[in-house]
Amino acid sequence: MDALLHQVLAGLATGGIYASLALALVMIYQATHLVNFAQGELAMFTTYIAWSLINAGMPYWAAFFLTVAIAFVLGVVIERVVIRPVERAPVLAVVVVFIALLLIFNSVTGWIYTYTIKQFPSPFPEQPILGRYLSSHEAGAIGVTLVVLALLYAFFRFTPLGLAMRAAAQNPESSRLVGIRVGWMLALGWGLAAAIGSVAGMMVAPIVYLDPNMMGGVLLYAFAAALVGGIDNPWGAVAGGFLVGVLENVLGAFVIGNELKLSVALVIIVGVLLVKPSGFFGRVQVTRV
Amino acid sequence: MKLLMVGVMAAALAAPAMAQKKYDPGANDREIKVGNTNPYSGPASAYGQIGKAIAAYFKMVNDQGGVNGRKINFISYDDGYSPPKTVEMARKLVEQDEVLFLFQTLGTPSNTAIHKYMNAKKVPQLFVATGASKWNDPKHFHWTMGWQPNYHTEGMIYAKHILQTKPDAKIAVLYQNDDYGKDYLKGMEDGLGAKASSMIVAKASYEVTDPTIDSQIVQLQASGANVFFQATTPKFAAQAIRKVYDIGWKPVHYLNNVSISVGSVLTPAGLEKSVGIITAGYLKEHSDPRWANDANMNKWRAFMKKYMPEGNLDDSFNVYGYAVGQTLVAALKQCGDNLTRENVMRQAASLKKVQIDTLLPGITIDTSPTDYAPIEAVQLQRFDGKRWDLFGDVMAGQ
Amino acid sequence: MSRKTIALVIVLVVACVLPFVVSNYHTFQLTLVLVYAIALLGLNILTGYNGQISLGHGAFYALGAYCAAILMDKANAPYWATVPAAGGVCLVAGFLFGLPALRLEGLYLALATFALGVAMPQLLKYHALEKWTGGVQGIVINKPDAPFGIPLNADQWLYFFTLAIMLVMFFLAWNLLRGRIGRALVAIRDQHIAAEAMGIHNALYKSLAFGVSAMYTGVAGALGAIAVQFVAPDSFNIFLSIVFLVGIVIGGLASIPGALYGALFIQFVPNIADEISKAAPWAIFGVFMIVFVYLMPTGVAGAVRLITARRKP
Repeated sequence: MDALLHQVLAGLATGGIYASLALALVMIYQATHLVNFAQGELAMFTTYIAWSLINAGMPYWAAFFLTVAIAFVLGVVIERVVIRPVERAPVLAVVVVFIALLLIFNSVTGWIYTYTIKQFPSPFPEQPILGRYLSSHEAGAIGVTLVVLALLYAFFRFTPLGLAMRAAAQNPESSRLVGIRVGWMLALGWGLAAAIGSVAGMMVAPIVYLDPNMMGGVLLYAFAAALVGGIDNPWGAVAGGFLVGVLENVLGAFVIGNELKLSVALVIIVGVLLVKPSGFFGRVQVTRV
Repeated sequence: MKLLMVGVMAAALAAPAMAQKKYDPGANDREIKVGNTNPYSGPASAYGQIGKAIAAYFKMVNDQGGVNGRKINFISYDDGYSPPKTVEMARKLVEQDEVLFLFQTLGTPSNTAIHKYMNAKKVPQLFVATGASKWNDPKHFHWTMGWQPNYHTEGMIYAKHILQTKPDAKIAVLYQNDDYGKDYLKGMEDGLGAKASSMIVAKASYEVTDPTIDSQIVQLQASGANVFFQATTPKFAAQAIRKVYDIGWKPVHYLNNVSISVGSVLTPAGLEKSVGIITAGYLKEHSDPRWANDANMNKWRAFMKKYMPEGNLDDSFNVYGYAVGQTLVAALKQCGDNLTRENVMRQAASLKKVQIDTLLPGITIDTSPTDYAPIEAVQLQRFDGKRWDLFGDVMAGQ
Repeated sequence: MSRKTIALVIVLVVACVLPFVVSNYHTFQLTLVLVYAIALLGLNILTGYNGQISLGHGAFYALGAYCAAILMDKANAPYWATVPAAGGVCLVAGFLFGLPALRLEGLYLALATFALGVAMPQLLKYHALEKWTGGVQGIVINKPDAPFGIPLNADQWLYFFTLAIMLVMFFLAWNLLRGRIGRALVAIRDQHIAAEAMGIHNALYKSLAFGVSAMYTGVAGALGAIAVQFVAPDSFNIFLSIVFLVGIVIGGLASIPGALYGALFIQFVPNIADEISKAAPWAIFGVFMIVFVYLMPTGVAGAVRLITARRKP
C-alpha cells in the first residue's frame, strides 16, 4: 500500500510537469487551432534565459517575471516574423515550420550552453511536505500549475480579449468582420503560450535539471495529456496530465513493468480516443457539411 | 676509383637505414588524415562534445609541430547516433576522403553497423568510443580496437566487491534501456555468477526520452533492496542520486564511472546527498581537490584555456577526449615513417605502459596482439562529500 | 511523346547510368534516396492523398526492416524474398492499425500515430522478443552479390535491384491513384461526408489506404536494411517518423514525383548542414526547412508544376 501511495504521489508530481506544458499547448491551440511542436523547446530556451539572469546575480522572482515577459515578447516576435509568412500555406507546411523551430531552438541552445546539466533554483523552501513522498518543490510546482490554469480559464471565459482570441481562431473571416484584429490575436496567443511555457520550464527544471533535451520527453506526454483531456479545455488538459502521470507510474511499477511503458501508453491513448474521440473533457467538434 | 666506390658504399652502409617512408591512402609527408563520426545532432548530441575536445587536442598537437613532423587532419562527420548515417559517413571517410583510419567513432550500435565493413576493407577502426565488450576480439576482428574500460568488466568489478563486502546483499539495479545500460547489468549478473538471480531483487530500466526516473527509484526502494547500482548517463544519474536521498533510502550505492563528475553530476545532485557512493574510475577530474595542483592535470587545464576556452572544465568528456587523443598520438609516434594501415594497427597493439596526463595514477595504456583492451584497470573510489577517495588496489577486471 | 514522358525517360536513363560514373559510396547514397522515395510515397498516399496524418510511419519502416533482417538472419531467406514478405506483413499491420484509427480525425490521429512511433523502439528492445530481434544489439546482415555472375559490384547490384522495385512500386501507385480508387481517396480527404453520401465506403478505403501506405514504407524498410546491413531499435526512433513527414511536405503533398524530391532533401540536406556547421547542424537543417517552405509552400513538386504550367503558351 505504501508503495502504491508513493507511486501515485510521484505520478502526481510528474503529472504536474506534463500538465504545465499541456497548458501551453492548450493556449496555442485555443489561439491558432494548431499544435505547436516547438512549445517544449521554446520553454526550455526561455528557462535557460532565466538561468543566465539568475547566474548574473538577479534575485529569483525578478528573474522569473522578467523571463516571463521576455518569453511573451519572443512568442509574439516568432508569430509575426516566422509564422506569418506561411499563414496561408497548407496546415502541414506550418507543422514543418514548427518542427524546424524545434530543431533550431534545441540545437542553438546546446551550442550556446553546452549539454552539461545545470542546476536551477527552486523558489520553494526545501522542506519535505508529505514526508518523503513529495518534495516541497514538486508540491509548489503543482500549485503554480493550478494557479496558471485558473488564470487561463478565467481569461478565456470571462474577458473580452479571451473571447476575441477564441473567435479569431475558430472563424477568422467572421472575426474580421466584427472588427477583431486577427493577426494580432494570433501573435498574442503565441506570446501567452510562450509565457506559460516559460513558467512550465522554470517549474520543471529544478526537478529534472536544466539541459537542452529537458523538454523532449515531456512533450509527448504533454501532447497526450492535452488531447486525452480535451485540447480546448484547460481543466481537461491538466486533469489529463495528472492522469497520464499517475497511470504511467502505477502501470509501470505494478502491471507491465518499465520495458513496455510506452507501448501501454499507446494502447491507452488509442483506447481513450476510440471511446471519447475528443478527449474526456473536450467539446465534440461539429463540422458543417 | 675503387677507393671512391668503396667509400661511397661504406657511406651508404653507415648511413642510418633511411626509414623507408611507407604510406597507405590518407598519409603522406605532410599530414595524416584521421576520420571520425560523432553525434553532433540528435538525442545523443551531448556526446558530440568528445569530438569537439578531440579536434581541439589535435589542433594543439599540430601547433606544437604535429606527429613526427606531420599534421593531423581530423575529419569528423555527424551521424546523429543513427547507424545508417554512421555507415554512410564511414564509407564517405574511407572511400571518398580516403582517411588512413577511423578513430573514436562513437556509439555501440554505430560501431556495430560498420564493424564488418571496416574489417573487410582492412581499415583500422581504432579506439572506438564505446565500452561494449565486443571490441576486444583481435582473432576475428583484427582491425577494431576499443579504448575505455568496458562496461561489462566494470559491472563485474562491482559484483565482486559486493560479494566480498556484503555477501547477503539484496541488490536493485537501475539501467538505461540500451546497449550501454544492459552491458553493465550483464556484467553485474555475470560477476555474481550463480547467485545473480537470488541477489538481484529488482531491476528497473528507463528510456533516454523519459523526463524523470522517480517512479523507477520508488519501485526499487519498495523491493527492500539494501544495495543499489545505477548504470545511468549524467542527467539521470543526478536525478537518481538526489531521489534516493530524498526518499530516505540508504543503500550501499554504486555508480557507473561515466557519471561520476563532481562538477556536473554530484554538485547538481547535492554533494551531501552523494556521500558514500562507490565507483570504479579511471579518469582524473577537474573539481576533485586532489588534482587541484597536479602537474599533469594543469597541462590539461592549460590546454582547455587556450584551445577550448568556452568549454566546461567540469565536463568529463573534455578530460576523456584529451586522454584518447594523447593515446592516438602515442601510437602514431611509434609508427614513425611507416604509416601503413597495417603498421598503425600493429603499433596500436604494442603500447606498453603509456602514461596519459588525465588518467588516474597507476592506470596506463597497455595493448598486445592478443589484448585489444588499452585500459583494463580501474580504481575503486568512494565519495566523501568533497572528493573521490581511492581505496583498495587498482583492479584489472578479469 | 509528351514533354512529361520525355522528361521521365531522361531521368530514367540518368538513373541507370549514374552507378557507373560515380563512386560506390555515392551509389550507396543514391540507393538510400530510392529507399526513402518509396517510404515517402507510402506516407504520401496516406497523408497527401487521403488526408490522414501519420506521425508514426517510422514504425512501419522499422517493421519492414526487422522483417527482412530476421528472415535473412534466422531463416536464411534470400534477400529478394524478404522484400515482398516485409510488404505483406506491413500491409496487414497497417490495415489493423487503420481500423481503430478510423474514429480519429486530424490531431487525434496524429497523436495516436505519434505514440506508435515513440513506442516502436521500446517494443523492439523488449526482452521477450530478444531472441528474434537481437535486442539492443540489433542484427547484422550481409549485402547480396550480383546473381548469375553479372559484372556489377554489390553496391551497383543493390542500386539496380532497388531501382527496379521502386519503378514497380511507383507505377503501381500511379495506376492506383489516377483511377477510381485514387479519386475516392482524395474525395475522402477533401469532403469526407459528401464522399460517404456519394457511396464511397469511407471506412474500407481509409483502412486500405493505411494498409497500402504501410506496405510501401515496409518495403522501403526492408530495402534500407539490406543496403545498410544492420538494424538496431534506436535507429527507428520518432525522429525518423518526423523526418518522413518533413520529406513529403517539402517534396510535395499528393504528388508522386514529390516523394523523390523529398527523398533527395532528407538524404542530402543533413549532410550539407553538417558541412556548414558542426556546432549546431540541426539548426541549419531547420533553417533549410523553413526556407524551402517559405519559397515553396506546396513543396518542390508544387513549384515544378507552377514553373512548367507557366511555360505553356
